[in-house]
This record gives sequence, C-alpha cells and structure tokens, in this order.
Amino acid sequence: MSMTETKAALAEVDTRDARDRGGEAQPMLIARGLKKHFPITGGVLNRTVGHVRAVDGVSFTVMKGETLGVVGESGCGKSTLARLLMHLIVPDSGELIFDGDGVGQKDGLSVRDMRRLMQMVFQDSYSSLNPRMPVEDSIAYGKTVHGASKAAAKEAARELMKKVGLEPSLFGPRYPHELSGGQKQRINIARALVLEPRVVILDEAVSALDKSVEAQVLNLLRYLKDHFNLTYVFISHDLNVVQYVSDRVLVMYLGEVVEIGPVDEIYENPKHPYTAALLASRLSMDPDERVEEPPLVGDPPNPINPPSGCRFRTRCDFAEKICEVESPALPETDGPKAHVCACHMFVPKSGHSKAAGLDEPAPKTLARSAS
Amino acid sequence: MTDITANSMQPEAAEQGAPALKVRSYWQTVGYRLRYDYMTLFFGAVVVLIILSAIFAPLIAPMDPYETSLIKRLKPMLYQGHLLGTDELGRDILSRMLYGGRISLAMGILPVLAATLIGGSLGVIAGFVGGRTNMAIMRTVDVFYAFPSILLAVAISGALGGGIFNGMASLTLVFIPPLCRVAETATSQVRNLDFVEAARATGAGTFNIIRVHVLGNVLGPILIYASSMVSVSILLASGLSFLGLGVTPPEPDWGLMLNTLRGAIYVNPMVCALPGFAILITSICFNLVSDGLRSAMDVRM
Repeated sequence: MSMTETKAALAEVDTRDARDRGGEAQPMLIARGLKKHFPITGGVLNRTVGHVRAVDGVSFTVMKGETLGVVGESGCGKSTLARLLMHLIVPDSGELIFDGDGVGQKDGLSVRDMRRLMQMVFQDSYSSLNPRMPVEDSIAYGKTVHGASKAAAKEAARELMKKVGLEPSLFGPRYPHELSGGQKQRINIARALVLEPRVVILDEAVSALDKSVEAQVLNLLRYLKDHFNLTYVFISHDLNVVQYVSDRVLVMYLGEVVEIGPVDEIYENPKHPYTAALLASRLSMDPDERVEEPPLVGDPPNPINPPSGCRFRTRCDFAEKICEVESPALPETDGPKAHVCACHMFVPKSGHSKAAGLDEPAPKTLARSAS
Repeated sequence: MTDITANSMQPEAAEQGAPALKVRSYWQTVGYRLRYDYMTLFFGAVVVLIILSAIFAPLIAPMDPYETSLIKRLKPMLYQGHLLGTDELGRDILSRMLYGGRISLAMGILPVLAATLIGGSLGVIAGFVGGRTNMAIMRTVDVFYAFPSILLAVAISGALGGGIFNGMASLTLVFIPPLCRVAETATSQVRNLDFVEAARATGAGTFNIIRVHVLGNVLGPILIYASSMVSVSILLASGLSFLGLGVTPPEPDWGLMLNTLRGAIYVNPMVCALPGFAILITSICFNLVSDGLRSAMDVRM
C-alpha cells in the first residue's frame, strides 16, 4: 500500500462516526418551520394580550461537519433559535430532525438522547457556571447525569480540561470566580463536550471575550471541531468572526430567515438588502474608507406587531408596493451550495420593479452605490 | 490553522510549574474554610455548651428548680449557695435557668427547624417551578403573612389549646411564611441563571438540578434568616406562655421567667435581668454561627 493510500484510508476512518445513522448525505440537523411566540400577559386577569414573535417559521439545514454561522441584529431571535434547537424552550410548532430521526417524535429521538448528541455553550461565561462548584465538578456533572460513575466522570473532565488548554491539577479545583473570562469559556466548552456530542451550538460564545482571547478560543474551537468531528451552529453578531469560522451563513431578521448560503457568496455577493446593509455596517481598517452615513437607520420594528408583507420593508431602500402586500418566501434550499434569499427583487415577475423583466439568473449583486 | 494556535493551545503554560491544588467538593471546601474560622468555632462551642447544659440540667443543677421558700424571696446573687440568687417565690434562679433552657431551646430551635424544612421546600418548589404552582403556594403563604406573627401564634395556640407541643406547632406555622418567601426569592433568582439552563441542556432532571445546583446557592440566605428566627421564636414562646398558652407555670422557661421577674425589676434588677441575658447570649451565638457558616459557604469571599 502506498503512502497516499494509507493517508486516504486514515482520513476516511477519521471522518466516519460510529454514531452516524443517516449516512453522509443526510444533513445533521434539519429544522422545519420552527416557531415560538411568547405570550404577553396583561390586565387584571393576566390574559394574553399579544405575542412576541421571537422565532417565526424558521427552516434550515445543517450539514455534517460544517459550521453554520447565524447572524442578525440583537433581538432578531438568534438566541431563542438556539434554545429551540436544544429544546430548552419548547417550540410552538415545527419539527427538528437530527441525523434522520425526528426529535421528540414517537419513533424518533427522545429529547434526552438528543441533548446528549447536541450541546450548547452560552454567552455569559460566568453565569453559565455554578458559582459554588469547582469547575472540574461542573464539567463532570453532565457525565454523572447520564449514569457515569463519579470517578469516571472526573477522569473525563480532567482529560477534556487538557484538551481545552487548561492544566487540570491547577484549574480543576478552582471556583468560577477564580478564572478569567477566557478560562471560564474554555471550561464551558469542555462542559459541553463531556457528553461527546456531535453538534455544538455556540450562542455568542466568544462575544464577551476581549479580542486576543477571542482569537485563542476561536482557534481552540477549530481544533476541537477537527479532533472530535463536530458540527457547529455558531451564533454571533460579529460579522468578521462569522466569516472566519463559518462554512455557510444564515441571516436572520425579526424572527425570520432572510438569506442563507455559503459564506463566501454571502460576504462577496449579498442578495438581500438587509444582508447588504449588515455587511456595509462593518468598519473598515482603512481610514480613507470611513462609514459616514449609517447603512441602516432606526431600530428593528416591534416583533409584537411586525410590519405587513416583508418585515424589512420599513427600513429597506428598495421597498415598493408589493413588499407591503406580500411576504416574500424563502425558496426551498436544495443542497449545501444553495444561496437563497427571501426578497421580492429576486423572484421573477414578483411585481417588484427590479424584478420586473427578470429572468433567471437573478441579479448578481446589490451594490450600495446603486441605490 | 494559523500560527497563533500553537500558543493558544497551552495558554497557561507559565503557570504549570505551580503546585497542584487538591480537588475538594463544595461541602468539603466549606468544612475546610470553617476549620480556620476561629470566631465561628468559638461561638459554635458556646452554642453546644448551652445545649449540653440544658440536656444535662438534672445533673448539674445545684438545687431543685421547683422548691419554693417564702423567706428567701428575691435574694441577690451568691446568697446562701444560690449562685444567681432567687426569684419571687424563693426558687434558685441558676437551677431554673438550666432547666428553663430545655424548654426555651426546644421552643426556639424546633419550630424554626420544622419551618425551615417545610417553608424552605415549599419556597424552593415555588421558585423553581414558577407559574401557577408559584401563584398557588405564594398566595396561600401571603394569607398567613398578613397577620401579625404574635396574633397568629396566639390564634393558632388558642384553637389548638395550651401545652408545649401545641405551642411549637403554632410557632412553626408562624415561621413558615417568611422562610418560604426567602427561599422562593433566592430560588427564582438562581433559576434564571445560565448554569441551570446548561444543566437542563445536559439532560438532568428537575430534582437532580435542584439538589446539585439550586440548594447550594439558596441554602445560605435561608440558613441565615432561619438562625435569626431562633431568638424571635424563644421570645414568641415566652409571649405565649405569658398569655397562658404554651408553657404553664411552674415549668421553668426563660421567657416566662423574664415575664414574672419583670415585676421585681426595682427590687432586684440584676436577678431579673438574668433570663433575658440567657436569651441574648443564645440568640447572639446562633446569629454569629450562622453568619460564619454563610461566609464559609460563600466561596467567592
């Protein structure tokens, strides 16, 4: 056997996971029409007077071994989405398919088993660790919950602490307040990995860290992803970080997905005006390229009472009559290479002037200078 | 991977030469911290002494606490072998205080203990489950809260009848609402923190989360509040005795002694202050011990 053949064989062994059920082509995670409306109660009788449409019909797929970046303004439902995926908040409707098995369905995967395979890292590294528990115990806890002996769980915890770059004999006995932000977040990552999950949801996991530590943790995440054969859902509002880590990017606005596609396509060739505005809001390192006028004005509309039709139309430069009447649907994504957006301008004969005479293919880009 | 990765994998390399720390569980850490808190240890010893003196009162009491003498009424300290003098019926005050500790401590500690167990669990359940359960528990508790505590104790004792056991039962009911409130507040604060969410995300059940993650964080406030209730309980019990509920004379009890000797304050002030002094010492010691326990439990300090 030649050298290259051996390498190829090894590589194949590495990427295959014994727990894989659906095969390579089966997406790791399929979310279909996830919806969560939080009731607002008021009045004397505590009756429901309205709903916050935190997540309103979100569908997407996460392929095996990829990193899906989720971006959007604050309050657009990113964190609610993360909690819906973990079933920490029970969705009002919609389904979740984990490697071919429906989560919480009769002949599918139970929520408890799903939580073994999918873990989450929270933004606030301090409050996500029990302040009265040595961090080693915090990591080991998940293992004991699933029936491991105390000694085995502690052993696994120490092993993982090494993997996340913390010396177990030195950091294991400490309490969370005795660690720095970056160290705490490493512990949180170890805690998420102790159950040997296949998917890790990182909800703003590096946002609260300062830049140099953020870079360290990002590289650690990359290393762990290869080492444990993980799939990431990376939620962040930092567009540069998302560009760095993601294979594909999903853009959310007011509880809906407005655009989804491969990272390079999205960053070089954004379709949806909101994505374009988001990207334009990034600051340049070149002092000559100052951003002098805000690419987006005002706050997102109230999710209790979102605008009719397209939710972005109130802040969109291209809004027309049709945007007010009809809500643009996100086309069905087919395959990991698809780049789709929910905008009338990209639907032929939708009634929008920019799409009036539009035949396939859709306009390539949407430069801001054109507006 | 980029070049900074190599460094970032071992960011604490400089610290690795330091000696390794011993891994202690949370409760082991608390014990370790207590061992070096000499103030708390001292006051803890005093509490133990007071309790022991009450338990072994028949062995150490110099005289019969019930033996009256009309000639030796209200005598000062050190009078004819009466170390702390005599009361209005000529009974030996030291012996009565030793015996009185038995009832007073029982009346002070047991209702608070029972109320901590009942009210604490109710509060933790209300705080953790939230929603309608919280509403049901807390509104019920609020009804009891609305009455002044002495009035409530009197009403319950009155309904149940006199006697030490009924007195304890009524005091327990009086202390449940405030302890439940404290437990509920502490729990609902902890419940919303991310580490509880993270524990749920690992698939842990509700009782496991409460036992491992919630109790350690709410026991501190509950404990300190409960210990401050001990002295209140002793005084309330004496109030009940004064009204003829709870302890009945000639049974010795600190609160009752305080009440009866009150009339003699101009005749022999030192002697009548003694039972009050016993209550004061006991409650101060309880408060200081619980304060020490709380700071030992707060590992951040």
